Amino acid sequence: MENNTDTEFLESLADKEYEHGFVTNIEMDILPPGLNEDTIRFISAKKNEPQWMLEWRLKAYNAFLKMELPTWQNFKMPEMNFQGISYYAAPKNTPKYNSLDEVDPELLATFEKLGIPLNERKKLLGVKDDEADVITDEDGNVSERPLVAIDAVFDSVSVATTYKEELKKHGIIFCSISEAIQDHPELVKEYIGSVVPQTDNIFAALNSAVFSDGSFVYIPKGVRCPMELSTYFRINAENTGQFERTLIIADEGAYVSYLEGCTAPQRDEHQLHAAIVEIVAHKDAEVKYSTVQNWYPGDKDGLGGVYNFVTKRGICKGANSIISWTQVETGSAITWKYPSVILQGDNSYGEFYSVAVAKGKQIADTGTKMIHIGKNTRSRIISKGISAGNGQNSYRGLVSIGAKADNARNFTQCDSMLIGDRCGAHTFPYIDAKNPTATLEHEATTSKIGEDQIFYLNARGIDTEKAVEMIVNGFAKEVLNKLPMEFAVEAQKLLAVSLEGSVG
Amino acid sequence: MLSIKNLHARVEDKEILKGLNLEVKAGEVHAIMGPNGAGKSSLASVLAGRENYEVTEGSVTLDGKDILEMAPEERAREGVFLAFQYPIEIPGVSNINFLKTALNEIRTHRGLDPMTAKEFLQKSKEKQALVEFDAKLVNRSLNEGFSGGEKKRNEIFQLAMLEPKLAILDETDSGLDIDALRIVSRGVNKLRSENNAFILITHYQRLLDYIVPDYVHVLSDGKIVKTGGKELALELEEKGYDWLK
Repeated sequence: MENNTDTEFLESLADKEYEHGFVTNIEMDILPPGLNEDTIRFISAKKNEPQWMLEWRLKAYNAFLKMELPTWQNFKMPEMNFQGISYYAAPKNTPKYNSLDEVDPELLATFEKLGIPLNERKKLLGVKDDEADVITDEDGNVSERPLVAIDAVFDSVSVATTYKEELKKHGIIFCSISEAIQDHPELVKEYIGSVVPQTDNIFAALNSAVFSDGSFVYIPKGVRCPMELSTYFRINAENTGQFERTLIIADEGAYVSYLEGCTAPQRDEHQLHAAIVEIVAHKDAEVKYSTVQNWYPGDKDGLGGVYNFVTKRGICKGANSIISWTQVETGSAITWKYPSVILQGDNSYGEFYSVAVAKGKQIADTGTKMIHIGKNTRSRIISKGISAGNGQNSYRGLVSIGAKADNARNFTQCDSMLIGDRCGAHTFPYIDAKNPTATLEHEATTSKIGEDQIFYLNARGIDTEKAVEMIVNGFAKEVLNKLPMEFAVEAQKLLAVSLEGSVG
Repeated sequence: MLSIKNLHARVEDKEILKGLNLEVKAGEVHAIMGPNGAGKSSLASVLAGRENYEVTEGSVTLDGKDILEMAPEERAREGVFLAFQYPIEIPGVSNINFLKTALNEIRTHRGLDPMTAKEFLQKSKEKQALVEFDAKLVNRSLNEGFSGGEKKRNEIFQLAMLEPKLAILDETDSGLDIDALRIVSRGVNKLRSENNAFILITHYQRLLDYIVPDYVHVLSDGKIVKTGGKELALELEEKGYDWLK
């Protein structure tokens, strides 16, 4: 009947093209595909690493060889040909730039095109004032956009880090992890692998062996980082994997808000992205980590797309520390990621706010682990899954309350929205409570975008495409509100692009 | 302004409207009354373009334009407004942003520039005052957690903001207590002008004490069976609908 035409129309809208699928033509140093000890020695030598780092990598590699792919996920694990991947690709003539003037204009143009200007005078993402929605602040206040310092990673190397000097004045270290290994070996040695052990899972082991670059952040005692820090990852080269590693340390009483964004060209073969993020928050420290993940998702028939197998974990080491994860996951053919918090310090607090979109043939299996160890530790999980087309979205979460975690509290809310009738939403909440004083709350809802909602907006002059965009953004609002303003605007647009249509 | 001729419509296989005729001129208020199941709300849905209604015969024009060919959003942009009997909740979408989007869609359609945030907020304040709409509700999510009365009052606030040519109020009085009914009616009376027209769909004569119609029509079994002035409503109140069959 008429309803079917409508469904088809709406679903056709979901196949909107990926915006960032272009390829940058630039001369590259690329290691031929293959993985063995020599590969690791090559990467380590290329980066002029000290012996201890090489040994650490080799240890991880040996562990990797003995590990198996996980089997518990809610999808069929694709075949992984680890020998078919190139483990190092870098723009030629780069390794270090003293100033932006030395950066290849082609690279600058690439990041500019992605909305990530590496020029410090320009602001991130070029949001125009007149595009902003009416501010709902009752006093009509509009706050000025903060500055954002950026570390830009292109394939295997960091090509530029902005505002380094400004940050140095506050004693803040913000650089690529390769530089940190050279310049701050004591910090790297102490913390690398301390939150995500090499043997945590096979992808973590692989990353520990072959990680190419990533960002390093250290905020000293009592310092509140005066600007947002951000890393932007771009996969460009063909047949390469992206294995970046980020390490963030907030010393006692420090505060930092960190953003991560990423895109990749449109290619017919799958590319593996296996990253690690480790966060350490000492006593009274607070770290906010926000991600807008937009790797190439593959086409509507499931051809190509990034396999996104990522391990992110933070530890609230000291008392009263806070770690907050916010993620908007719109890209990748498969997303397998569970940003977690180990709540070791008494009174520490962990948060996980997530919006995950699965459309076309995308699979998202994502969630979090909140490991309560200290007393009076609290955690909050807000997960919003949106499924459209043939997309499959799973929330997987673990709340673990240790025997000594007196008066621990968790609140979990999982909401799923279905668009069309060929997609799926699944939730796998696990609870492991070893202390009877814990308070755990779990709420879950599943809704379909209703024809009534769309008609209501239609009847006010708003077309169906825009109506769906509004309804989806409304659904995700609680999470979007957690993002820094720059990213919130970008994320809203991404949700619109990613979901235009597909209603049943 | 509105001309409905020999309108037949059905939902699935059931014929609901069976040759309905109605002429509404600018500046007029028409009340449509009738027993349950007569097709009153169906008429509202057909005019607004709800998808599951199929028009099988007849025509509907607004200022000479055939609206039956238009998508619901086009009808709204042309100036048709339906105040819903059961307004829909849309979580997370703020009332004010929703209205700004709607208003700017309508303005764009009419060849006007979108309103700036400042102009829009100014207009919003004026209209809130005009229809006595609670400022606190303006920034809340669209109808989410609103009481029945608040939802109906929000429909009138939207009506004030969007300034349609033709407003169809589908049982806006149902579920309102007497105070809310007075406020809603006052709002509608202030919005009446020489340039717009209202169709009030209602079960009860009570609403017509507050909003005095120019014409009262009785809809029964998919057709208008009787038309009169405002005194017809009183007569219906006294005698019921059976005598008209």
